[in-house]
Amino acid sequence: MLTIKNLHASVEDKEILKGINLEVKAGEVHAIMGPNGAGKSTLSSVIAGNENFEVTEGEIILEGEDLADLAPEERAHKGIFMSFQYPVEIPGVSVTNFIKTAINESRKAKGLEDMPANEMLKLIKEKSELLEIDRKFLSRSLNEGFSGGEKKRNEIFQMAMLDPKVAILDETDSGLDIDALRIVANGVNKLKNENNAVIVITHYQRLLDYIVPDFVHVLHDGKIVKTGGKELALELEEKGYDWVK
Amino acid sequence: MSKYTEEELKKELETKEYEYGFYTNLESETFPVGLNEDIVRAISKKKNEPEWMTEWRLEAFRVWKEMTEPNWANVTYEKPDFQAISYYSAPKQADANKTLDDVDPELLAMYKKLGISIEEQKRMNNIAMDIVVDSISVATTFKETLNEKGIIFCSISEAIKEHPELVKKYIGTVVPRTDNFYAALNSAVFSDGSFCYIPKGVRCPMELSTYFRINQAGTGQFERTLLIADEGSYVSYLEGCTAPSRDENQLHAAVVELIAMNDAEIKYSTVQNWFPGDKEGKGGVFNFVTKRGLAEKNAKISWTQVETGSAVTWKYPSCILKGDNSVGEFYSIAVTNNFQQADTGTKMIHLGKNTKSTIISKGISAGKSQNSYRGLVQIGARAENARNFSQCDSLLMGNECGAHTFPYIESKNSSAKLEHEATTSKIGEDQIFYCNQRGIPTETAIALIVNGFSREVLDKLPMEFAVEAKKLLEISLEGSVG
Repeated sequence: MLTIKNLHASVEDKEILKGINLEVKAGEVHAIMGPNGAGKSTLSSVIAGNENFEVTEGEIILEGEDLADLAPEERAHKGIFMSFQYPVEIPGVSVTNFIKTAINESRKAKGLEDMPANEMLKLIKEKSELLEIDRKFLSRSLNEGFSGGEKKRNEIFQMAMLDPKVAILDETDSGLDIDALRIVANGVNKLKNENNAVIVITHYQRLLDYIVPDFVHVLHDGKIVKTGGKELALELEEKGYDWVK
Repeated sequence: MSKYTEEELKKELETKEYEYGFYTNLESETFPVGLNEDIVRAISKKKNEPEWMTEWRLEAFRVWKEMTEPNWANVTYEKPDFQAISYYSAPKQADANKTLDDVDPELLAMYKKLGISIEEQKRMNNIAMDIVVDSISVATTFKETLNEKGIIFCSISEAIKEHPELVKKYIGTVVPRTDNFYAALNSAVFSDGSFCYIPKGVRCPMELSTYFRINQAGTGQFERTLLIADEGSYVSYLEGCTAPSRDENQLHAAVVELIAMNDAEIKYSTVQNWFPGDKEGKGGVFNFVTKRGLAEKNAKISWTQVETGSAVTWKYPSCILKGDNSVGEFYSIAVTNNFQQADTGTKMIHLGKNTKSTIISKGISAGKSQNSYRGLVQIGARAENARNFSQCDSLLMGNECGAHTFPYIESKNSSAKLEHEATTSKIGEDQIFYCNQRGIPTETAIALIVNGFSREVLDKLPMEFAVEAKKLLEISLEGSVG
């Protein structure tokens, strides 16, 4: 589904990613772990198409299509979703209005009409119930005054609405207490299926107790230095990142 | 600047830079350029005005001659040559007795382009429209429904003839002829505009609406609006402006006077989209407007404005809170892009006891534009327990524009409670990227962010107007973040 080949990327001439290779198949959950500064967030930004990063070498291929020339919104239309570590606030724009705009822009890109209002409402109702989201929450301004848990839950709600092929969860566990973490992880588990893939980017093992990965990759200094099964995460937790350096 | 031929103009307008910049070819009758007492008399005569009106105009002209243009606003522009402007033009076929069917089809097509088909408006929106094209009313609708309630809604020219007692009594009472340079000019040469009177205790059953357009090359427009809400009445009035593209500056100096008697309420909403000039700052309308309302006891006046157009805007819709317990509100969105300059805000003059005012101003600056909020809150010595809340928010797009806030507060009564809040923010790359990541292209993302920023004001507009206003915000900011 998603293939990354020898990916090099830099920001302001400083190379951060130094040859990443990754193969993610439909139905799989991959975890990317690593110490601070290893390049984890850069990797997710580069996949999403953030133009602050320059891809100097390598390819990102989604279902056979090279994403290199695609703008971030075009990648989103193809099915790339990224849950932000720090979701931004947009005052005055409700959660509902935002997701409605996002869905209709995706439809427009595919040559479809806007989703009929009743269908939209039905979908919102279904997904908010699935993720146990209060209706009042949906009319609040996007991320404005949200707690850490609410912000992340909102990200997962948007993921549910947009139904991406590849969802990248960037440090979704940061800033969450254990209850919020459980709610968010349950949401992700409900959404994953045979036709999509999830990439979990995290510093700590604890999220992986709830979202169980098929593969764990250790990122260090812009390269994947070790790959294993879910037990690798536990081993890392025990031995620390120095072990893989 | 050399005059454009019609062909050149049409060609230019096809470039679609200014979405509403099309030109309608109506046969027009235009006065020679220049201004003197003879021209003022000729305007008055042309409109078959009574002697007192002619005199009133002449007096205003004499006052104006002695005045100089104000310089205090935070705008710079080449002062118009007032002797190079023609002060009257009227579409030739206009006839007040015509029905819609008789209206020039080209004119109707023009409104369709603007998305304000009269038929649709009539049927769907329950709006009576007094349409001003250039300087004279060409279509009036819904008159009968209004007549039944005793509501008078007509052009000011018609009111001068049909209801001279009302016009004579109230014109110039809120904005005196001597008020300022542009108000004096308007008083001398006003071409047409709207007049509205709501009788005692009557709630106007529909939104009253008027659309102004400038449609004659080199012609200034000087509307005059007078709106009187008698005791205990209510009216919501909508005013919308879109102007065709022009490569020379056009002067627009309107005067609007509102009178809300005891217990009356007036809601006055404006969407202003005069041609703002091109990307290089060439052309565009100069919009120097004096709008003021007088609120008697327990009365309420609410101004809502969405300002997206004009090269230079100078406009301060104000409230004189004369009566005890009267309320004044000002909700404003001012958008400037490219080389536009706006100096706009309000004055809340608290004279009565327990008077209350609210000011919500949202300024959006993009390109190389300058956007200033200028507001005065004045509490008189007798205004016990006056309250004001002011909020001025600025949103910046890019690094070359400017946002300025000039709040003035003068209080002569120690029981007054005044609050002022101000914020400045910038549309961030991180916000845009976030939207992009969810599949929302940059232009749409900006529209979304701007709409969110403006929501408190947009919410104050009547529904059908809010839709148009949102569309205008989007059009005016297109291409502003590259």
